[in-house]
Amino acid sequence: MGTDLFAYRKAPELTSGQPGRYRVMVIGAGPVGLCAAIDLAMQGVACVLVDEEAALSEGSRAICFSKRTLEILDRLGCSERAVSRGVVWNHGKVFLRDRLLYAFDLLAESGHKHPAFINLQQFHLEQFLIERLLETGGVDARWRNRVVGIEPRDDNVTVEIETPDGRYSFTCEYVIVADGARSAVRKMLGLETQGQVFRDRFLIADVKMEAEFPTERWFWFDPPFHPKQSALLHRQADNVWRIDFQLGWEANPDEERKPERVIPRIQAMLGADHPFTLEWVSVYTFQCRRMEKFRHGRVIFAGDAAHQVSPFGARGANGGIQDVDNLIWKLVRVLSHKASPSLLDSYDAERIPAADENILNSTRSTDFITPKSRVSRTFRDATLQLAQAHPFARKLVNSGRLSTPHTYTSTPLSTPDREAFAGRLLPGAPAADAPLNSANGSTWLLEQLGDEFVGLYFAGTHAPDEHLCSRLRGLANLPESVRPVVICATGYAAAWSAAGFSAFDDAQGIAAERYGAEADTLYLIRPDQHVAARWRHFDLRAARDAVQRATGNLTPEFAAWEA
Amino acid sequence: MGSLNIEPNVVAPDDFYQALIDLHRDLSDEQSELVNARLILLLANHIGDLDVLREAMRRAREGIEDI
Repeated sequence: MGTDLFAYRKAPELTSGQPGRYRVMVIGAGPVGLCAAIDLAMQGVACVLVDEEAALSEGSRAICFSKRTLEILDRLGCSERAVSRGVVWNHGKVFLRDRLLYAFDLLAESGHKHPAFINLQQFHLEQFLIERLLETGGVDARWRNRVVGIEPRDDNVTVEIETPDGRYSFTCEYVIVADGARSAVRKMLGLETQGQVFRDRFLIADVKMEAEFPTERWFWFDPPFHPKQSALLHRQADNVWRIDFQLGWEANPDEERKPERVIPRIQAMLGADHPFTLEWVSVYTFQCRRMEKFRHGRVIFAGDAAHQVSPFGARGANGGIQDVDNLIWKLVRVLSHKASPSLLDSYDAERIPAADENILNSTRSTDFITPKSRVSRTFRDATLQLAQAHPFARKLVNSGRLSTPHTYTSTPLSTPDREAFAGRLLPGAPAADAPLNSANGSTWLLEQLGDEFVGLYFAGTHAPDEHLCSRLRGLANLPESVRPVVICATGYAAAWSAAGFSAFDDAQGIAAERYGAEADTLYLIRPDQHVAARWRHFDLRAARDAVQRATGNLTPEFAAWEA
Repeated sequence: MGSLNIEPNVVAPDDFYQALIDLHRDLSDEQSELVNARLILLLANHIGDLDVLREAMRRAREGIEDI
């Protein structure tokens, strides 16, 4: 598959002896590193991406991608292929032994461009991302380039790289480390992660079959085909199914991954009348842990290199992609001297609580699936026994709490509300999608946000009078330019468009409802599409302060003077 | 936000106590543990208020390591 995606070239530094000319290096070409490189390139920062391999990842690995991840991929220009190749799912079932305990529906809210989740093998996503990366033309992807040394300094970082043609060194301003859970770079820097290792092993298998099982997540506790343990069945693209078997800590991983052990387990699960082929098998243990901080001067860690979770809840790849979504716009502004390097500290302030939320949810799921003591097993079993007949107990059953984006509730970049707002879009929350109409047809709110600061102005039935237009145009002239986008009551967008604004009719009223907006409400949206501030009435001066705060440029002295 | 009632509240305390003991009659220790766990879960859901539940848990555990 697509070997030209991974064309190896001798590093120019080896031929010319000249130092590398890129300001940023991304280490690791998994989904997180690829998203970082694409985002940098799209925001005008050419970068070099190095990876020791020259191949897509093997086996399905991460399979479950959340709506927020799809929204980020959309901003990066590659969600369509992922969604069309992936499997959309909304339903699941939980079984105890041979009985259905309950069925659930993710109750995906309508009026969003993207579904709640898709299942897609990680290697498919990687392929789409590499194709997109090549399209941007702004990334120098260097395969079979292995980092063997790193030396951070106050004003730059030198990375030592080994290639099939020899070693070279590369000096750049910032390094993004996304080389995975066993991060070699983290070890080179003597940095550790802290947390829990779970004493359990899981067998994971990708099975190809023509089966009539519905596209649902099925989870068993103590199933007859695999007594005393748990099992999971979930569909991926290409008629491939993910199957997980809990094995227990005593299982021998080398024995358990042998086909003669794996195939009978799967036959027992599926029944004799389901022929299948085994695509990939792995036995894994997992950990819930993170680095104490992710930013170490000019070396910044993201994804599994920075934090690890169990797979129950789909919080690994989704969390990692959200890391770099948070990081890149900040790094771009630091590199262009629009923000001080201290803006990068907000990456820790925002993504460490996000990692902790993921670790907390993942740890709780793991504690339920793998009880650590006799009494915790007793409560787990009691909960399962009650769940079939008692609706309350179903809420306690935890086979994975699925990934939701983190709201940055205590970030220094947000401006606290001064007025009451209905709805969930607190400062720090990811902006909500909504269907909109324009003269060109129907569109989506999030598609209008892009990767810059946006002033989302709810005009209601206000006409674009000269004074209001002039103040809205003033947003573009703030120290950090804010692009106005106008959301109108049905029929009013045409006049705003004629006045030169990006304007849309909120034909179903969903945008105003989700944003708790009335006429003259303004939301300031960050480049990563999180809410920075909001007001009931548009005030250019308040918007200026908020965008300064959101870029780390509102100094404490200035804030004190303002108060 | 409520607080845990530690004043007498069960109408017929002796009947309740006997029912609690009878509940476990003829059960193995393992079965009894499960019944107790189910009972805690049912009662906890009925109470619902996490502050009350935390207060009950704190009192239940208080001093246990000195016994």
